[in-house]
Amino acid sequence: MKLSVWTYEGPPHVGAIRVATGMEKVHLVLHAPQGDTYADLLFTMIERRNHRPPVTYTTFQARDLGSDTASLFKSACHDAYNRFKPDLLLVGASCTAELIQDDPGGLAEALDLPVPVVALELPSYQRKENFGADETFFQIVKKLASPQPRTKNISCNLIGPTALGFRHRDDVKELEKVLQNLGIEVNVVAPMGSEPSDIVNLGAAHFNVLMYPETGESACRFLEKSLDQPFTKTVPIGVGALSDFIKEVEGITGLNDLQNRVDSRLPWYSASVDSTYLTGKRVFIFGDGSHVISAARIAREEIGFEVVGMGCFNREMARPVRVAAKSLDIEALITDDYLEVESKIAELAPELILGTQMERHIGKRLGIPCAVISAPVHVQDFPARYSPQMGPEGANVIFDTWVHPLVMGLEEHLLTMFREDFEFSDANGPSHHAAHQPAAAPKDIQPEEALSKGSSLNVIWMTDAEKELRKIPFFVRGKAKRNTERYAVDNGVLEISIDTLYEAKAHYAR
Amino acid sequence: MPKDIPQLGCAKSPVLKERGQHEVFCGLTSIVWLHRKMQDAFFLVIGSRTCAHLLQSAAGVMIFAEPRFATAILEETDLAGMADVHEELDRNVSQLLSRRPDIKRLFLVGSCPSEVIKLDLATVAEKLSEKYFPNVNVINFSGSGIETTFTQGEDACLEAVIRSLPSSERTQLAVLGALPDIVQDQMMRLLNELGLEDIFVLPQINFDDEVSVGPNTHFICVQPFLGASYEEMVRRGAIPISANFPFGAEGTTKWLWAIAERFGVSKAVFDAVVAAPKLRAEQAIESVANDLRGKSVFFFPDSQLEIPLARFLSNECGMELTEVGSPFIHKSLVYADLEDLPSSTQISEGQDVDKQLDRVFDYDPDLTVCGLGLANPLEAKGLSTKWAIELVFSPIHFYEQAADLASLFARPLNRAKLLKVSA
Repeated sequence: MKLSVWTYEGPPHVGAIRVATGMEKVHLVLHAPQGDTYADLLFTMIERRNHRPPVTYTTFQARDLGSDTASLFKSACHDAYNRFKPDLLLVGASCTAELIQDDPGGLAEALDLPVPVVALELPSYQRKENFGADETFFQIVKKLASPQPRTKNISCNLIGPTALGFRHRDDVKELEKVLQNLGIEVNVVAPMGSEPSDIVNLGAAHFNVLMYPETGESACRFLEKSLDQPFTKTVPIGVGALSDFIKEVEGITGLNDLQNRVDSRLPWYSASVDSTYLTGKRVFIFGDGSHVISAARIAREEIGFEVVGMGCFNREMARPVRVAAKSLDIEALITDDYLEVESKIAELAPELILGTQMERHIGKRLGIPCAVISAPVHVQDFPARYSPQMGPEGANVIFDTWVHPLVMGLEEHLLTMFREDFEFSDANGPSHHAAHQPAAAPKDIQPEEALSKGSSLNVIWMTDAEKELRKIPFFVRGKAKRNTERYAVDNGVLEISIDTLYEAKAHYAR
Repeated sequence: MPKDIPQLGCAKSPVLKERGQHEVFCGLTSIVWLHRKMQDAFFLVIGSRTCAHLLQSAAGVMIFAEPRFATAILEETDLAGMADVHEELDRNVSQLLSRRPDIKRLFLVGSCPSEVIKLDLATVAEKLSEKYFPNVNVINFSGSGIETTFTQGEDACLEAVIRSLPSSERTQLAVLGALPDIVQDQMMRLLNELGLEDIFVLPQINFDDEVSVGPNTHFICVQPFLGASYEEMVRRGAIPISANFPFGAEGTTKWLWAIAERFGVSKAVFDAVVAAPKLRAEQAIESVANDLRGKSVFFFPDSQLEIPLARFLSNECGMELTEVGSPFIHKSLVYADLEDLPSSTQISEGQDVDKQLDRVFDYDPDLTVCGLGLANPLEAKGLSTKWAIELVFSPIHFYEQAADLASLFARPLNRAKLLKVSA
């Protein structure tokens, strides 16, 4: 049993619904009680879809448990087929139905429907949403994909996008443009946008582009093994990763000199002098594994931030995330416990969080700006404008999104110089938007307290030193406080004076 | 046909009873407002990741502070009997209470999985109550989707609270049902002006062991979904007061008058108290009702508020009712409102969502009241919709909110008129 306030991922059947909803002519019959229909609103409200997800829930009740939930499933399956006439039927069970062990697969088989049926095993008490999506798509591919003659021109499939994915809609469009510029055709995009006949036809492509390892890796591995289709391993988020991705495509296809066709504004924006202030800003990165790995590389190599902490909520990606963290001399935080992430952030006191909607919440409480880089998603993560993460435009979007929450350029210096000006208080946060006001943090957790909370260091701040600390602008105050405390402990100082503060400053300047 | 004088009375009309796919929330969803209403209470759901995901999805846009609810997620080891579930719960509860020492009431909330594996939360609650006495009162109820639909979670919670109340002979009025604080204050002012002083409301904002129930307790519900709480009050000897629910000028007046009659308040005193707010409400409704009069409305089953709200829309705003669906109809509670509906209204109970969607397209109503899962798909097909969930979260009861209530229904219609671009 695990106490959980918020959860990063839904149960595995929500992953199955994401695959089914992304596709056309597919229907999912889910053995589930009525409450599980809440999942529909994720798609109709958060993603603003204009169709109901293609899901029939059996919605069994307590009184059915004693009698016959199995025949309820059979009639739901039968009615759903007749009403929706899908080309492919998926059947599965949610957490409660898993306990009553009705065997949806066997029951659906017995109905002898004229379309292929895929029975999903979704272990609700062990696995989570991403597993559910990956497994569902893998089973569909395994059932339908068959060897096909390869297309005349070099082509690929885009694998991994689903309904309710973080920027999947725009990433697909952007990657299609990238590949078009490289002279490579896109055969099938799946699961999102495909129908069962497209899955049959996956084998016509020369290779697969694995866009999202979280939801598409099992299918790509299967296609590599059974249809001899290689797949790309680099997720093309960021300028460096995009360039590596293109090299990978060159390696797979034998095409060369594709490099010069990549065009992003990020490198120049980073090089321009206004960006000097971004140097060494301390960032904490958390989200799903692949977005975190991409973000860490961009943060360090393309914007010049210092990555002080990173981690992911999906255990499946723990290994590569640990490797990436190690290359930055930090230890990865692998957890799906929101409170653990919160206390880590409080302890590290970063100047910027690159996280999920959960970390945005944490940032609000601690008075730390946050940009969202990964699922779990919120209605804001489906903007009306074109806003990919992948490709050249994705790099532009990322530069803007990450820099936006920060105090910009000269304003940093002005805030330091004119701290005593009552109309120019740093408590107001960055001047270009009022959304991040650290002073407005909830009463129970003041930013200062929160920052000190995570500290296990046993030192006392003398009043003068504390006053002096408050003169330091809020966006570096956490760092100064932490450094000073560590310096004090390392040097056996129990009470921090103004001198300690400046000795620490001098020490860390070296 | 004299359209303006419809024949009233639906209580004996045939009800379309349906058993098919339900598109509704489970009772756990009630926690989203209950935990805000009860300021010293914490709700611990014993369930699956799905329960936790539901709560945050349903609450996602509404929670701005740290929630006073959490889920103890059952894992493989709990189900396989490898871990002692009671010990695990004990550990979770102590972890929780050490983090939140301000908690005075802890609700252990059952879910679909905990019901299916027959977890005995009543015994656990009893043991924990002993352990944490007198600091924390531990109570259990079920919000599972195999037993409760949406607002029935509040019903199950209040039923459990009532069961735990001490008995007394006090002559008093009990009002059942969660209301926004400002609305509750308005209600208390009106009742006080009628001369009633000894009143308590459930759920209580803060735990107070003074509250008791017995044969001299007269009670009235402010929400129509409190069937089990009603039964439990009757079992404890309390005497029910039946009336229309206090929506709109008419509903509020009838609700207050039923109480006044029971407590022997004279008509003269009653009229003096309600005259001004009633007139104010009628005038305010009038200005909004212009946008609603003659328009047709269809209710999908959602919160059990449907029948009283349909009465308000029909009788006070001049709307035409097509189908009024409710997940469950407690006739003893909604009898008065059913009797005030035009007899031509199709009442339905339960749901078969695909068939109901066929019917809504046949009726092609001007306004459809439905859940969040259906709203955008129906909008995309050209129907104007009102999210039913907003009716549970907004202040809509009593005189001062009467026009706000009408506005909630008028807004989607006005918005559709306003927009000059088509989707």
